[in-house]
Amino acid sequence: MDERQQSLWSFMWQQHDKLLDQTLAHIGLTFTSLLLSVIIGIPLGIWIARKRQWSSWVLGIAGVLQTIPSIALLGFMIPLLGIGAKPAIVALMLYAFLPIIRNTFTGIIQVNSSVVDAAKGMGMSPSQILFKVELPLALPVILAGIRTATVINVGVATLAAYIAAGGLGEFIFGGIALNNSNMILAGAIPAALLAIVFDFALSKVQNIQFKKRRSGIVAIPLILILFSSFYLLPSALGSSMLAGFTPEFMGRSDGYLGLKDKYGLKIRTVVISDAVMYKAAFEKQLDVISGYSTDGRLKAFNLVVLKDDKTIFPPYYAAPVVRHEVLMKYPEVAATLNRLSGLINDSIMTELNYRVDYLKQTPEVVATNFLASKNLLQPSRNGNKATIRMGSKIFGEQYILLHMYSLLLKGYTDFNVETKTGLGGTKICFDALLNNQIDLYPEYTGTGLLVILNPKKEEVDKIIGSKEQVYDFVKNEFKKRYQLDWLQPIGFNNAYALMMRKTQAEEKHITTISDLARVIDEGK
Amino acid sequence: MIELKNVSKFYKTVKAVNDVSFNVEEGQTVILLGTSGCGKTTTLRMVNRLVEPTEGTIFVNGKNIQAQQEQELRRGIGYVLQHTGLFPHYTIAENIAIVPRLMQWNEQKITERTRELLEKLQLDPDKYFHLYPDQLSGGQQQRIGLARALAANPPVLLMDEPFGALDPVTRAGIRKEFMNLDELKRKTILMVTHDVQEAFEMADIICLMDKGNLVQMGKPTELLFNPANDFVKNFFSDQRFLLGLQSITLNDVWHNLKEAPANEKAYAVDPASNLLEVLEMLSSNNSSITNYVAQNGKGSKSVTLPVILSAFSAYKTMEGHG
Ligand SMILES: Nc1ncnc2c1ncn2[C@@H]1O[C@H](COP(=O)(O)OP(=O)(O)OP(=O)(O)O)[C@@H](O)[C@H]1O
Ligand SMILES: [Mg+2]
Repeated sequence: MDERQQSLWSFMWQQHDKLLDQTLAHIGLTFTSLLLSVIIGIPLGIWIARKRQWSSWVLGIAGVLQTIPSIALLGFMIPLLGIGAKPAIVALMLYAFLPIIRNTFTGIIQVNSSVVDAAKGMGMSPSQILFKVELPLALPVILAGIRTATVINVGVATLAAYIAAGGLGEFIFGGIALNNSNMILAGAIPAALLAIVFDFALSKVQNIQFKKRRSGIVAIPLILILFSSFYLLPSALGSSMLAGFTPEFMGRSDGYLGLKDKYGLKIRTVVISDAVMYKAAFEKQLDVISGYSTDGRLKAFNLVVLKDDKTIFPPYYAAPVVRHEVLMKYPEVAATLNRLSGLINDSIMTELNYRVDYLKQTPEVVATNFLASKNLLQPSRNGNKATIRMGSKIFGEQYILLHMYSLLLKGYTDFNVETKTGLGGTKICFDALLNNQIDLYPEYTGTGLLVILNPKKEEVDKIIGSKEQVYDFVKNEFKKRYQLDWLQPIGFNNAYALMMRKTQAEEKHITTISDLARVIDEGK
Repeated sequence: MIELKNVSKFYKTVKAVNDVSFNVEEGQTVILLGTSGCGKTTTLRMVNRLVEPTEGTIFVNGKNIQAQQEQELRRGIGYVLQHTGLFPHYTIAENIAIVPRLMQWNEQKITERTRELLEKLQLDPDKYFHLYPDQLSGGQQQRIGLARALAANPPVLLMDEPFGALDPVTRAGIRKEFMNLDELKRKTILMVTHDVQEAFEMADIICLMDKGNLVQMGKPTELLFNPANDFVKNFFSDQRFLLGLQSITLNDVWHNLKEAPANEKAYAVDPASNLLEVLEMLSSNNSSITNYVAQNGKGSKSVTLPVILSAFSAYKTMEGHG
């Protein structure tokens, strides 16, 4: 860890307002969804205990819901419910269903049948049997289900940050994206503590004796409602336009902070995942987003890039970063990889990304076709001179580049290639490279400068306007500090960019970020 | 008090109960007896509408049960189950008070009644009031089950193998205790058992069932000495002799006994004792007593082993042809 980074505690102290907000939002998300899940799940569980023939259906569907990956489920919600708290709560509610329905069902059917028989025989009505006999006796099992659901929800609620619903995920994912361990921990530790505390508290409730348990039935919904009320959506103050920024963009000086500083942009913002951001803009849930200028979805969703007329976004020229040791041993690696240099400009890269992200062609196919069109496709030599291990971050562009490198190395050299795609963000790729788990991965000059090297502000300001100076700076510093080499840039600049729907931008005559700032000011 | 008229219950292919009719008079104890699966429980549960009959009508207290609200009907009929069915999350007192609470008695009356019942069942109210069922022995739980059924003073009681879950020794003890309970003596009781011994001890009338049919109904001695068919005869064959001795009292065979002069030194035998008890007494080998005499309003008779046995066989022959 860098010495200039503060300690965890000072970070948490400095950010305590945000931390408190996020924690309350997190608790609110968890318990609002839990409350809904209890309100719907318990009656459903009772119902299938009465109509057994439906039980396998209902439990089956609840089970399937739980196996849908969280991000995908959140993504499905956007066209239906937009972004923000609503879809997050619904998704969390669906996740909590299975343990609650299943445990209510099991709890009720395992009540001793002679007890129910006696209750009936003494003349209790069906509702008296339910509330005085079956539910109290099923309560420990039902509570165990609620407990499981609570712990699941505390965990999954971190993902709510992906769709602008807030919560501790904002710190966690912001920290991962920004390579800031303190930020990650500031989100992860409270989240873990919440899980432990709630689990412990519910285990206590579960062990309360028979007597008190009857009042416990009333107490549980009350506690849930209390916690749910923590969740008051940050009220919609500010501009009429809404911007959705990734956690990374929110925390960067060449991101949201720079927009405020240099452009005086005063737009209402929410934190959202890159995975759903473009779609949310297209669905008019968001007006402005922080995208990447070569993203294929730019084309797919009919968005335009606003011109960065005051140059706050540094250049992000892509080039492979390779361990120096490897280049010394196998100089032909550099020569082979450099064949791609200068061949791909912004619009070509956007087109290639569009094919992968939107037309759903595989990165292999796109890479192969492109190399063929440039006469660079050679049959594989099936060599085994040595194995070159390549990594990539977890998005399409990097996959495409990786496959191109793989094809080039196999076609022009005798190396064997191993690819590790999907190493998450910058931090994970870079650490893998430093720790000799991979030999190279494609990186962007701006990221190398601001995320990894992170020099003093004056130094950044000096070079940020020039793509050559930034490239030279990172090349030299990486060599000096980490024994890593930057090969020649591929050609395109995948810089940060603000984007809007083309129709809205035209209607409001916005072409630059300054235009946007002005329109928002006037709108007030 | 309870009247079944041509009652049947069919489950898909199974004729659980087939065209059964009988009456239980007020204050009588009628016992449904038969092998496992012959339809005893089904018959019993139709009386409080836990099972609805496929055919036939049932009257309780002169009223067709179909015409009554089922929860009302059940609150007026005590129900004792084999596995007690006590509520594990209720205290003993709360368990006993279930029906009175459903009937909205006032709390003071409920407490008084609960304590009264606990006392009658030889359970110290102060000690047991606030315990939970799992803190009691099986026999004690069964007593609470009975107390719960009696709590609201129903005139009719349904009991499904009430001693079925107990070991033989506890079983006999609790049975005696129940039979000596004043409250039970006044009730109209329909009870299920497959224990012949128990049926003979407790029943005024036995209904012997087989495969859903009511095969024979009558006093224990009638079934024993005057069986309607081979099934009835074979049903008791194992224990015929013992049951016979048990179901006949000295009074029943009075005219077959020999007159005995009143004797100061003779041991007095209760003429209401059954013959099994008399034989046990005679064989108890108490050498200091040589002379046993029974006395009732009609005179005094001498009680010896050969006299009892010959009187018994004479009675059997007479019943069998009568
Ligand atoms: N709900 C039901 N569905 C289908 N068949 C049933 C049902 N209840 C009882 N039966 C059948 O009806 C018949 C009579 O059952 P019942 O419980 O009345 O017997 P029982 O005489 O009480 O036997 P046991 O002495 O074993 O308790 C049995 O063959 C049983 O399998
Ligand atoms: Mg039975």
